[in-house]
Amino acid sequence: MADIHQFFQQLINGVALGGVYALIALGYTMVYGIIELINFAHGDVYTLGSFFSLSILGLIPLSHIASGPALGLIALVVILAAALLCGIVGVLVERLAYRRLRNAPRLAPLITAIGVSLILENIMQLWKGNSEVPFPQFLPDRWHIVGGVKFDDRAVLVVAVSVAFMIALNLFVFRTRLGKAMRATAQDRDAAQLMGININSTIAWTFFIGSALAGVAGFISGMYYGTTFFLNGYQAGLKAFTAAVLGGIGNITGAMLGGFLIGIVEAMTSQYISDQWTSVVVFSILILILVFRPSGLLGEQVPEKV
Amino acid sequence: MSALLSLRSVSKTFGGLAAVKSLSLDVERGAIVSLIGPNGAGKSTVFNLITGIYAPTDGTISLDGRALNGMKPSAVAASGIMRTFQNIRLFAFMSVLDNVMVGRHVRMRAAVWDGAFHTPSARREESAVAQSAMQLLEFVGLRRYAHEWARNLPYGMQRRLEIARALAPEPSLLLLDEPAAGTNPAEKQALMDLVTSIRDRGVTVLLIEHDMRLVMGISDEIHVLDYGEKIAAGLPETVRRDPRVIEAYLGKGA
Repeated sequence: MADIHQFFQQLINGVALGGVYALIALGYTMVYGIIELINFAHGDVYTLGSFFSLSILGLIPLSHIASGPALGLIALVVILAAALLCGIVGVLVERLAYRRLRNAPRLAPLITAIGVSLILENIMQLWKGNSEVPFPQFLPDRWHIVGGVKFDDRAVLVVAVSVAFMIALNLFVFRTRLGKAMRATAQDRDAAQLMGININSTIAWTFFIGSALAGVAGFISGMYYGTTFFLNGYQAGLKAFTAAVLGGIGNITGAMLGGFLIGIVEAMTSQYISDQWTSVVVFSILILILVFRPSGLLGEQVPEKV
Repeated sequence: MSALLSLRSVSKTFGGLAAVKSLSLDVERGAIVSLIGPNGAGKSTVFNLITGIYAPTDGTISLDGRALNGMKPSAVAASGIMRTFQNIRLFAFMSVLDNVMVGRHVRMRAAVWDGAFHTPSARREESAVAQSAMQLLEFVGLRRYAHEWARNLPYGMQRRLEIARALAPEPSLLLLDEPAAGTNPAEKQALMDLVTSIRDRGVTVLLIEHDMRLVMGISDEIHVLDYGEKIAAGLPETVRRDPRVIEAYLGKGA
């Protein structure tokens, strides 16, 4: 029985972690879909999301607020503010670093992305220092036990928020005018332009949305793990990138699926093999996909390439 | 009355190659005007100049008296010029209906925020757009395929869908780049009827086409290009008998 409980315990951890990866992976996959750039600075935008959240939380006198609904409202405000700020950073990065290189050989924007990543990491190191920063735990410490499996409000928050934003993104991409413009631009940029779609603003919006989702991921991972670090985005970004490739880069549904799978694989590896082997296992998956199925699980046909 | 579209000594050179040489051309409102010429004569370059993909090396292009020089392709599209492509460029992984709705994009007013939050005005606009897109599909005979993926349509229907998509923003000028390429005789006849009825809707048409029967059958005026230069222009009967045109197509002594 204990084994089964352990398994489900890790499944919950994996799904929570996977939600974070999925949110980050969406940004990778959307940007790749629309301009075929692997935006290596994206993981650092995720870390920025947790730093922005920290600073905003610092402005709120948390110890004076006790009631549950008020705390929930604070969480919502912080999420939206972090998303907005990260979105703005994403748009600025695209405008200042990538736009000029849109028609350059593909290696040029890729190397630029690595440069942007280093710049962001160094800025964050100057900002919050060279050590782990504690994240305020303002939600009440409430545990639930379902069928012998223990989880707390934070796990519920992480999963609920990530799923809610993914549903919202899907509705956005498939139901709205800007979503249609994004899909059209991803499928044929020149034809889209001749249909009167403003390519520059459509690409800017794609960066905004992808970066905003990374900001959301930054907040919820800070809440879940209770700490953040200026280099967090390096590993998390690479794992989310693996998730995007696993699902099929450019494919939105694939990024979500890949994110949850990678999260679960990581949790199971730490339970049944060893904590220290998680990265090895995850990146082995990346290599295996690139060798045997470069188009990813859902990448064969890309109906919703964005 | 002034022409809807007018090109004044427009040239375009790529490196040392002159693709279009000092071309002047007027397209009168409500006409079907054709641009013909052997392969490589510069016809598609003219379309790319008009739609803002290329900037002319020299000369001016104006629509309704307003200069288009230096405008981005999306701005040219918004000012009322739409086009189709020689090799079909539909959004293959979108539905037939969505393709047409993207074409309507330019004319929509609701802001991005309205769309994101599904405000009543955005929803009303969206459903009005879907309705007018359906009417256009009816017009080109594709209504029953509205929810198919564009890539699943047979070739001839994809050509018609491209035309419907280009008509969606209610352009004043429609540029058709070899719409009959690769279609069978029955489809060609249907296409001639379609182009005529597009003109009858009040849309001026500028057509590039190789099929002479089609061109001669529907054009009000024909301009002939050879090596980037206009060698003849006029009514179909005049152009057909012009010795320079015969020479350009068939070679000297034919």
